[in-house]
Amino acid sequence: MKKLFLIIISWLFTPQIFAQTPEELINTIKGKLEKVNDYTAKGKLKTNVVFIKAPIASVKVYYKKPDKMKIVNEKGISFIPKGSVNINLAKFLSAAGNYEIVDAGKEASTGLRILKLLPSDENSDIVLSTLYIDEKAELIKKAKNTTRDNGTYELEMSYGKYASFGLPDKVIFSFNTKEYKLPKGVTFDYDDGGEKKQSENMKNKKGKVEITYAEYIINKGLDDAIFR
Amino acid sequence: MMPLLKIELFKIFKRPRTYIAFSVIALIIILIQIALKFGGEEYKELMLSGTGNSFEEIPTKIILNGYLICFIILNVLLIHVPILVALIAGDAVAGEANMGTLRLIASKPVSRIQLLFVKFTASVVYTLILLIWVAVLALFGSMALFGVDWLTVTRELQLNVMESDDVLWRYALAFCFAAIGLICVAALAFMLSVFSDNSIGPIVITVCVIIVFTILTQLQIPFYDETIKPYLFTTHMLGWKGFFYVKGVDGVTEKGSIANLSSIIKSAAVLIGYTAGFLGIAFWYFKRKNILS
Repeated sequence: MKKLFLIIISWLFTPQIFAQTPEELINTIKGKLEKVNDYTAKGKLKTNVVFIKAPIASVKVYYKKPDKMKIVNEKGISFIPKGSVNINLAKFLSAAGNYEIVDAGKEASTGLRILKLLPSDENSDIVLSTLYIDEKAELIKKAKNTTRDNGTYELEMSYGKYASFGLPDKVIFSFNTKEYKLPKGVTFDYDDGGEKKQSENMKNKKGKVEITYAEYIINKGLDDAIFR
Repeated sequence: MMPLLKIELFKIFKRPRTYIAFSVIALIIILIQIALKFGGEEYKELMLSGTGNSFEEIPTKIILNGYLICFIILNVLLIHVPILVALIAGDAVAGEANMGTLRLIASKPVSRIQLLFVKFTASVVYTLILLIWVAVLALFGSMALFGVDWLTVTRELQLNVMESDDVLWRYALAFCFAAIGLICVAALAFMLSVFSDNSIGPIVITVCVIIVFTILTQLQIPFYDETIKPYLFTTHMLGWKGFFYVKGVDGVTEKGSIANLSSIIKSAAVLIGYTAGFLGIAFWYFKRKNILS
């Protein structure tokens, strides 16, 4: 009976005993991401923006520590939102020392730990970053960034066999789209009965870009020339 | 009928002015290709300006590939080719009257209907050869010069992107549609030619009609959108572009899709209707015409 009581007590208090502080959690994730010096990843890029109809493109993503990143089309044309290319968690967290980290508890529906990162540099482009972290797996599942000039964007990550490196199998980047319009005098459109006016659902909608990675080649060395 | 057609074609292709159209088309296409080869960057920026500069830059040589160059050329050229078609079709009957040979031809043992049919067929053959010339230079020439990749078509409110293996069949159908449109213009010029004894008149009237109708088609005035535009043949001549408007699911292009096929079929039907109308009037009038020259 005494044994059972001890087991229940230890089970109840274990998370609290071993729960990491926000700084520790960030450092653990940072440590995981820092194992990656460079990588090359092949993937499929899907653009879901209300005014674009485009096939899924084959892309190659290159990353080199600390902040070099490039997305290259292997086949086809892809519309990659500006700024998204440079969004890299390793780069992001490497500047964590310059942030004030606030513990915002847990998300009720998912149980993910919410950490808010407030940059100490008042000129920083990112005004606020909210990270949703799977504590057990020590992985960032979601990130919401509010920027000074480009609105708010979100990153959602799913992990698979490269989770030990903190590298996602799938990334969904959500962003605010601007209104699209070209003068009819430029396009000489044929009136096929399609949309003639910018409908409300075409204005200020969220756009999404999904990259599904097929394979990563990690720490094999990358030439700086690739990023030029 | 065949020997008569051969004679008519011989007459068309013997005249040096016939080749002016081929030379003009070649010159325009080559000038556009040179301009886009060396100044394509600005064009690309204009083309993608609707996105509000919110996407990463797409390399010019990828987006300005042979398929897009051909699309740009057709955009420019298919407004002007009708004028070149009018040069021949407008001269078909009126030219003979002007030279004083129409009476002679009409006195031969062929019916007036046969004579007119052969003359119109010759104009159609010329139109089709002109269109093939456009296709060879604009499509295959651009493919050879710029290579091929995915095709991006910018519309007023949309951007449509197609995979490279989803493009050629669209061009084949677009050229077939353009042929229907140009034959309609040939029929108009031909009808006017039947009414006249001087080829300048039918040619100039046809050109004027095309210019005025094209301006009305492009004007963005709601009053004309509902009242006049749907009835102009120039509005429906743009139907070839419909083959490059695609359907999409969650922003992903459906391969092999056409956004609104029924609209293209309707436009083709309107053009065929106009052609039949113009020819009907031409045949009706020519049967009763008092040929004096």
